[in-house]
Amino acid sequence: MSLNILVLAKQVPDTRNVGKDAMTAEGTVNRAALPAIFNPEDLNALEQALRLKDKHPGSTVTVLTMGPFRAAEVIREALYRGADKGYVLSDRAFAGSDTLATSYALSCAIRNLPQLDVIVCGRQAIDGDTAQVGPQVAEKLGMAQITYAEEILSVEKGRIRVKRRIEKGIEVLEGKLPMLVTVNGSAPACRPRNARLLMKYKYARIPNELQAANEDYISLNNSREFLHIGEWNVNDIVCEPAELGLSGSPTKVKKVENVVFQAKESKTLTDNDTEIEALIQELISNHTIG
Amino acid sequence: MNNVFVYCEIEDGLIGDVSLELLTKGRTLATQLSCQLEAVAIGHKLNGIEKVLFPYGVDVVHIADDPRLAPYTTLPHSAILIKLFQQEKPQIALMGATSVGRDLGPRVSSALHSGLTADCTALEIGSHEDKKADKVYENLLYQIRPAFGGNIVATIINPDCRPQMATVREGVMKKEPIDPAYKGKVNQLNVADYVSDTDFAVSVIERHVEASKINIKSAPIIVSGGYGMGSKDGFKLLFDLAAVLGGEVGASRAAVDAGFADHARQIGQTGVTVRPKLYIACGISGQIQHIAGMQESSIIIAINNDPAAPINSVADYVITGDVETVIPKLIKYYKKNSK
Ligand SMILES: Cc1cc2nc3c(=O)[nH]c(=O)nc-3n(C[C@H](O)[C@H](O)[C@H](O)COP(=O)(O)OP(=O)(O)OC[C@H]3O[C@@H](n4cnc5c(N)ncnc54)[C@H](O)[C@@H]3O)c2cc1C
Repeated sequence: MSLNILVLAKQVPDTRNVGKDAMTAEGTVNRAALPAIFNPEDLNALEQALRLKDKHPGSTVTVLTMGPFRAAEVIREALYRGADKGYVLSDRAFAGSDTLATSYALSCAIRNLPQLDVIVCGRQAIDGDTAQVGPQVAEKLGMAQITYAEEILSVEKGRIRVKRRIEKGIEVLEGKLPMLVTVNGSAPACRPRNARLLMKYKYARIPNELQAANEDYISLNNSREFLHIGEWNVNDIVCEPAELGLSGSPTKVKKVENVVFQAKESKTLTDNDTEIEALIQELISNHTIG
Repeated sequence: MNNVFVYCEIEDGLIGDVSLELLTKGRTLATQLSCQLEAVAIGHKLNGIEKVLFPYGVDVVHIADDPRLAPYTTLPHSAILIKLFQQEKPQIALMGATSVGRDLGPRVSSALHSGLTADCTALEIGSHEDKKADKVYENLLYQIRPAFGGNIVATIINPDCRPQMATVREGVMKKEPIDPAYKGKVNQLNVADYVSDTDFAVSVIERHVEASKINIKSAPIIVSGGYGMGSKDGFKLLFDLAAVLGGEVGASRAAVDAGFADHARQIGQTGVTVRPKLYIACGISGQIQHIAGMQESSIIIAINNDPAAPINSVADYVITGDVETVIPKLIKYYKKNSK
C-alpha cells in the first residue's frame, strides 16, 4: 500500500549557541541575528517518513514548513535527503503566532493537500521547547496522535503501530490511520544528503526566491516541475483571519528577562590537605554532613 | 465555577509526585484567588483516591473510573477534560510537563482555544495593563518559563482565554500536604457522558515501564559530576563519595550525553530540579541550564580546576583543583573526622 505522508518541519535559530542580543525588546526572537537550522527533532521525523516510503514503494513524502521565505532552505534540505515535494507557508499575517495560532495556520494549509495517511513532526522545536504544535494540529484536523515516538514499527491494513519512549520505559501503541506522530530526538538520526538528489534539487526554489534570479534561471526552473517548491500565503488557505498571528494567540509575552543568578559570597579553597580537612570539619560541625 | 484545576497523573493507582506538587502550588494559588482547588483523577480502580488528595487542600475531586481509562491514552482523557472544563469553566488548569501532560495539555487547549504555557518554572498571580486596549486585568496567572534554550526567562499571560493552562516539570514545585484532616467532596463522573467509543481509537498493545530505582530528587546530599569527570570510570569516584556521605549521584547534561551517567540522574532545566541540603558539583562548568536545577540547594560546593568557572558564582565553597585529587581527599578526611 502506498502512503501519503506529510512531514511538518521548522527552521529554527540555533539556540544551543545564543548570544545576549538574540531577543528583541518585545520579547520575540531576533531570528535574523542567528544561524538558522533544521529543527533537530524534525530531522528525526523526516527519517521516519523516509523509512515508511522505503517500506511502501510509491509513497510520497511532502514537507510543509511555516516561516519566512528563507525557510525554503528546510524544504531543499529535505529534498536532498529523499522527500518528494515541499511547501512554504509564509505571510506577515502569521507574525507573532503562539503555538495555537501556528497550529491553526498549519492545519488550514494541510487541508489543501490530498488526503494524508500519516503526518510526522518532531516532538518539539528547540526555540520554544513546547511540544504543543503536533498535538494541536492533530486536534484541529480531528486526527488521533501518538507523541514521543521512537519508531514507526509498521503500517498495515489501515493501522499504524508505533513505539514511544516515555519517562519510565516504552509503550507500543496501535491505531487507525490517519495518525499524527511526533518523533523524539532518541529516534534514529536522519540519513545524510544524497549526492544525486543534491544535484537534482540544488536549484529548487519558491517563487519569491525566483524574483531575484536571472532570466535563464527562471526559464530553467519553469521547465522543470520538480524544482518548484510551493509557496502559500494567507490567501491560499481557507481560514478565519482573526485566528491567525497575534490576534489568534491566547498567550501573550508579558515580560522577558535575562537570567541572572544571585551570586553568593563564597569561600575559596585550594586542594591543599589542611584546607580540605578544615572544610570537612566545618560541614560536620554544622550538621551538613555526618 | 472558575476554580483552579489540577489533572492528576496516575500510574498503578498511585498519584504521580508531579501532580501532588501541582496540587500544593494550586492550593496556594486558589487561596490567593479566594477560589477552590479541584483535582481530576482519570483511570481505573480509583477507589479511595480522594483520601490521598484531600490533605493537599483539595475541595473537589472529579473521578472518572473505567477499565478503558488506564493506562493513559490521549483521546479519552482529553475528551473528559474538555467536557469537564466546558462545564466547570476553571480559571486555571495545571498539569505535569511529562509525556502525559505534554500529550494531553495541547490537545485540550486546542479544543478549548485557551492558551497553554509549557514547562513553567514559576507560577504567580499578578495584574496586567494592556495600554493599547486601555484595559487592566487583575488576578492573571503569570506563567514563568525559561525560553530560548534557557538563556532568558519569559513571563507569559493569557489575558482573555480560559482556562489559563500551564505545565510544570516534576520536582520544580514543592510537595507539601497542608492538613491531614482536610475535607473535600467527590464528584464521580459518569464516564459514558464524557467519552464515546471512537475515543478508544488508539490502544496500548505493549507497555514496559518500571519505577526508576534512581531517586535523586529526595536525596539530602547530591554529589554531581560533569564532563570534567572525564569518563564513566571517573564517575566511580563520585559514587564512592556519595556512598560515604550517604548521598546520591547527579550529573550534568554533558556528562549524560557523553554516557558517563544515566539520564535519570540529569539535573537542570531538562532534567530534575533538586534542592538538597548539600550539593557538590564536580567538574561542572555551571551553565544556566544546569544552575536552574540546583541553585536552591542549601550549601553548594564547586570543585573545578578553572578558577573562573561560572558554577563558582553560585557556590558557597569553591575548591580550585582537579577532581581526581580533591574527591579522594574529601573521602579520606570525612572518614577520619566523622563519628
Ligand atoms: C535547551 C537546553 C537545555 C539544557 N538542559 C540542561 C540540563 O537540564 N542540565 C544540564 O546540566 N545541562 C543542560 N544543558 C546543557 C548546558 O548548557 C551545558 O552544556 C552543560 O550543563 C555542560 O555540562 P558540563 O558542565 O558537565 O560540561 P562543560 O561545560 O564541558 O564543563 C566541564 C567543566 O569541567 C571542568 N573540568 C575539566 N576537567 C576537570 C578536572 N580534571 N577537574 C576539575 N574540573 C575539571 C572544566 O573546567 C569545566 O568547567 C541544556 C542546554 C540547552 C540548550
